[in-house]
Amino acid sequence: MADVAIPRAKPQMSEDNVWTRLKHNRNWLGFWFMVPAMAFLIFFLAYPLGLGIWLSFTDTRIGRVGQFVGTENYEWLWDDSIFWLSVFNTLLYTTVASAIKFAVGLYLALLLNENMPFKAMLRAMVLIPFIVPTVLSALAFWWIFDSQFSIISWSLKHLGLINQNINFLGDTTWARICVIFANIWRGVPFVAITLLAGLQTVSPSLYEAATLDGATRWQNFRFITYPLLTPIIAVVMTFSVLFTFTDFQLIWAMTRGGPVNATHLMATLSYQRAIIAGQLGEGAAISSAMIPFLLAAIMVSWFGLQRRKWQQGENND
Amino acid sequence: MSSVQIRDVRKSFGNFEVLHGVTVPIEDGQFVVLVGPSGCGKSTLLRMLAGLENITSGTISIGDRVVNNVQPKERDIAMVFQNYALYPHMTVADNMGFSLKLRNAGADEINKRVKRAAEILALGPLLDRYPRQLSGGQRQRVAMGRAIVRDPQVFLFDEPLSNLDAKLRVAMRTEIKELHQRLKTTTVYVTHDQIEAMTMADKIVVMHDGIVEQMGTPLELYDKPDNQFVAGFIGSPAMNFLKGHVRVNGVATFEGPNGVKLPLKTAPAASDGRPAVYGVRPEHFTIADDGAEAEIVVVEPTGSETQVFAKIGGEQVVAVFRERHQFNPGDKVRLKPDPSLVHLFDDATGKRLNA
Repeated sequence: MADVAIPRAKPQMSEDNVWTRLKHNRNWLGFWFMVPAMAFLIFFLAYPLGLGIWLSFTDTRIGRVGQFVGTENYEWLWDDSIFWLSVFNTLLYTTVASAIKFAVGLYLALLLNENMPFKAMLRAMVLIPFIVPTVLSALAFWWIFDSQFSIISWSLKHLGLINQNINFLGDTTWARICVIFANIWRGVPFVAITLLAGLQTVSPSLYEAATLDGATRWQNFRFITYPLLTPIIAVVMTFSVLFTFTDFQLIWAMTRGGPVNATHLMATLSYQRAIIAGQLGEGAAISSAMIPFLLAAIMVSWFGLQRRKWQQGENND
Repeated sequence: MSSVQIRDVRKSFGNFEVLHGVTVPIEDGQFVVLVGPSGCGKSTLLRMLAGLENITSGTISIGDRVVNNVQPKERDIAMVFQNYALYPHMTVADNMGFSLKLRNAGADEINKRVKRAAEILALGPLLDRYPRQLSGGQRQRVAMGRAIVRDPQVFLFDEPLSNLDAKLRVAMRTEIKELHQRLKTTTVYVTHDQIEAMTMADKIVVMHDGIVEQMGTPLELYDKPDNQFVAGFIGSPAMNFLKGHVRVNGVATFEGPNGVKLPLKTAPAASDGRPAVYGVRPEHFTIADDGAEAEIVVVEPTGSETQVFAKIGGEQVVAVFRERHQFNPGDKVRLKPDPSLVHLFDDATGKRLNA
C-alpha cells in the first residue's frame, strides 16, 4: 500500500499548478471576497466623485462633451461674487443651525433622559420632524412663512403686535432666519435621539457615586455626563455639520436660493448652474469646492475622537 | 468615625412596602454586615443610609444627627458600589481625588491625601492609569481608595466583591477586614454571601423579606439561631431540618420522619406531641451504634473534609466528617446528632424552642 501511495503522491506535487496553488492562497481568495464590496464602492462612490471632480476641470455643458480647461472654472468662481455669497451663506447656515441644533438637541436629550410619565411616547414624538419627508415639511414651512397667508403674521396681527404681514421669505434677513429655523426643526430630533442613546449608556451608579462625592446637578453634568458624552457628540455633530453643509432640499423647496441669492447655499447654486443653466463644468466646480470644507469638518471630529485615551483598549501603557 | 442608629425604618415603593420597620444600632467603629437573600431589602437600607433613597418613615442618624433630610454629600459617608462606579474618563488619581476637587481642596492637599490612600492600598504605580487598564481586583481597590481619601464617618459597601472571581474574593475579604482594623471606621457592608458575613463582621444583621430576623456576632448566630430562617441561612453546608414531633416519656426524644428517633437534651415545656423541626448542623453528626439508621446516597470528598449525603427516614441530610471514613453509596450507617448541639424550632412559626 505504501509503495503505491508514494509514487502517486509525487506526480500530484509536481502537477501542483498555478491554479491549485492560487486556490489555497489566502490573499488571492480574500481579494475575490472583497471584489463585490469594492465594485459597489467604486461604482457608487468613487466613480461619481471622480466624475464630478473631472467635470469641474472641463467646460462640459448639457448636450455637449466638454474639453479639459484646467482650473478655468475655479478661476471664474474666484471672481464670482455670487459664489462667495453662497460660501458665506453656507458657512452661516451651517454654523448657526448646527450650534442651535446641538444646544437644543442636548437639552431635549437630557430632558427625555429624566424619569417622567409617557416617556416612551414623548421620545417617539420627538422623532416626528425627522421622519416627515423633507419636501413635505419644507412645503409646510413655505406656507407658514408665506407673505400673504402666513399663520404667524395672521396671529401677530390679531394679537395687535404688528400692523402688516411680515415678508418672511421676501426679506433677506428674514429668509435666512426662516430657512435656518426650518433646518433646526428638522435636525434637532437626530441630535436629540442620538445623544439620548449616548446618555443611556452612562451607568446611573456613576451619578450616584458623584452625588455621594458631593457633586451638584451641574457638576454631575460638567464632570460626568459631558466628558462621557464627548465621543458621541463628536460623531453626531460631524454628521449634523455634513448634512447641514450639503443641504439642498429644504432651501430649494422654500426659497430656491432667493431673495437676491440671500439663501443660496453652495449645493443649491451648484444645482442651479449645472442643471438649470446647463453649465455642468461650473456646477461641478462649485460642488467640488465643498470638498475641502467637508474634509476639514471630518478632520476636526477625527482628531477630536483620537484624543480620548480612556476609551482605548486594555493596553497598559 | 461615629455611630449609626437606624430606628424603625420603613420604605415603600408606591403601595408596596419593602422594609417593614427595621431597627439596627451600630456602634462607633463597628463592622456591621447586612446579609440576606436577594430582595430582602438590605441594599435598599444601605442606599437609604447613603441618602440615595428617601426614608418613608422612621429615622436614621449618623453620630448625633438625624440625617433623614440631609443631602447625601453632607452625610459624610463614602460608598463602594458593586460595579465600583469608577469614572472611566479619569485616571486613578483623579477618581480618588474627585470628591476633594468638588470641595475645592487645594492641589497639594488632594495630592497628599491621594498619595496616602494609594499607599494604604498599594495603588502607587497605578495612579496614572485609567479604569479600563486595571484588573477587577485593582478596580475594587481604587473604589475603596476613593472612599478612604474622603476620611468619612462611615464606609458603606454594596456587595463589593460579587464581581470578582472566587480566589480574589477571598483575598479582598481579608484585605477589607485588615483595612477596617487599621482605620477603625464604622462600616456597613451588604452582601448575600453568608461566608463573607461570617468572616468579616463584628455584627451580622440577617434580613429577610424586609425585616431583621436576627442580629448578633457571627458565632452567636451560628450557635444560637433565633429561628429556622437564620439557622438555614448561616452555615455551609446548610443546617439539616427534619420535621416531626417532640416526645416526652421520661426522656425527651424527637420523633422524626417515618418514626426515626432522634436524641434531645431537654424538651421545651409542655411539649409532648408538639410538632416541631429538628435542626442539626452537618458537622454535628457522629457515627455511633445508637444513632439513627441512614443510607448513604452520595459521598463528596473535598480533601480537608468529606460531605456525606444520606437518607434518614427517607429525608436527605448532609453530614460532614473530618475523619476519612470508607463510605460507599448504598452503605447503611448509624448517624447520631450531638444532643447538646441540636436546634429545635416551632413547626408553624419557625421560632427557636430550645434554650
